[in-house]
Amino acid sequence: MSWIAMTTGFILILIGLYGALTNRNILRIIVSFTIANTGVNLIIVAVGYMAARTAPILDEAVPIAEAVDRIIDPLPQALVLTAIVIGVGVTALMLTYAFKLYEVKGTLDISKCKELKW
Amino acid sequence: MIRKFFVLVLLLGLMVIFANLLFGYVMDKELNASAHYYAEHTANDLGAANIVTAIIVTYRGLDTLGEVTVLFLTASIIGLVLARSKKQKVAVLPRKSPSPGELLVTGSYLLVPLILLLGAYVFINGHLTPGGGFQGGAIIASASLLLLLTDPLRHFSHRLISRVESISGLFFVGLGVLGIFLAGGFLDNRLLPVGTFGSIFSAGIIPIVYSFIGLKVGAEFTSMLINLAETEKKEEQSK
Amino acid sequence: MSNILLGITSLLAISMIGVAIIAIRVRRPAIAILAAGMISLFASILFLFLAAPDVAMTEAAIGSGLTTFLFFFVLGRVRGDDHD
Repeated sequence: MSWIAMTTGFILILIGLYGALTNRNILRIIVSFTIANTGVNLIIVAVGYMAARTAPILDEAVPIAEAVDRIIDPLPQALVLTAIVIGVGVTALMLTYAFKLYEVKGTLDISKCKELKW
Repeated sequence: MIRKFFVLVLLLGLMVIFANLLFGYVMDKELNASAHYYAEHTANDLGAANIVTAIIVTYRGLDTLGEVTVLFLTASIIGLVLARSKKQKVAVLPRKSPSPGELLVTGSYLLVPLILLLGAYVFINGHLTPGGGFQGGAIIASASLLLLLTDPLRHFSHRLISRVESISGLFFVGLGVLGIFLAGGFLDNRLLPVGTFGSIFSAGIIPIVYSFIGLKVGAEFTSMLINLAETEKKEEQSK
Repeated sequence: MSNILLGITSLLAISMIGVAIIAIRVRRPAIAILAAGMISLFASILFLFLAAPDVAMTEAAIGSGLTTFLFFFVLGRVRGDDHD
C-alpha cells in the first residue's frame, strides 16, 4: 500500500512542476506549487509505513509493553506536520505578493512583467 | 515551443531519477534505531500517550521553535505588505454589502462557540489522542473565518490578536528557559510531575506548552485572514 | 479485508492524478483552486490509511480548509480583469 502512495506522490510532483513551468497566470502557478507540496508530504509519510503495524499512539489497543513490536516509525509524521504548516505559510506569502503585483501592474500575466529582463 | 521541449526533457530526467528511487525501496521489517528508542522510552520517561506529540514538543522541541518563528515571520510580513497609509480616507460612500442571509447568520451564532470549544479540546488533549496545537489552532482560525463570512465589514481588533500571539510566544519560550534552571535542559518536560499515564494532568508541561502553541497558531492564521479581508474595506473607503 | 483497503487506495490514487491534470489544464482559475482543495482532501484520507492520524487531521484542517479560503479571498480581489 505504501508503494501506491509513493507512486502517486512522485506523479503529483511531476504534474505540479509541469504546471508551474508552463502556466502564465500567477494564481495557476501557485496552485501547481500547492499540488507539488502535497505530493512531497505523501512520499515522506509513505516511507515510514510498515506492513501490519498500527499508528504510534499508546492506549488499550497498543499497551506499553508491546509498543516496540506494533507501531510504525513516528519520526516522519512529526516532520510532515511541520512541513504542512510551513507550506501553508509560504502559500499565504506567495498569494500576498500576487495581490500586490496585480495592484501595481494591473495584470496577473507574468509574461507582461519584463522590467528585470536584459 | 522550444521552452516546452526543454521542460519536457527536464521532467523526463526527473522521472528517471524517481523511478530509480522507487524500485530500490525496500519496506522495513523492524523499527530502526531512533524509532526503537522513542517507542521504548516515551511512556516511562515522559508519560505521554501520543508519541508524535512527545517528539514534537520535547524530543525535537527546537524544530518546533523554528517552525513557530517561521509562522510569526509570515504573519508579520503579510501584515506589513498589505498595510496602507491612513491618509487615504476620502468621503465614505455608504456602500451596502449584500446581506448574507438569515440561515448563515443564525447558524453562525450556534456554531462559533462549538467550533471554539472543539479547537480548545483538541489542543488540550494533544498528549492523549491524535491532535495537538497546530490542528487546534487551525480549527480556531476557521471559527473566526465563519465570523468573517457572516459579516465581511466587521471590525476585528488587531491589538487583541497581536497581544494574544505575543503573550503565548513569550510563555512558550519562558517555559523552555525555565527548564534549563529547574529540570534537565531547554524545553525539558519534567518541570511538572509526570503523573499517571493516560490522565489529563500527566506528561509534565506538554499540555501547557501545546496550548500556548495552539493559541499562537490560531491567532496568526486569524491575523492572516483578517489582513487579506481588510484590503477590500480600505479599497472601498478610498475610492 | 485488506483487499478492500487496497482497492480504495488505488481508486483514490487514480482520482488524485486525474484531478491534478484537470487542475493545470482547465480555463477558469476557480475550478483549479477547487481541484487543489480536493487533492488535499483525498491526501488526508490516504494519510489515514497509512496509519498517521495526526497528519491526516492537520492536512484536512489546514490544507483543504485554510488554503482554499486564502486562494478565494485573493481571487475575489482580482476578479473581473484577467480571464486567462
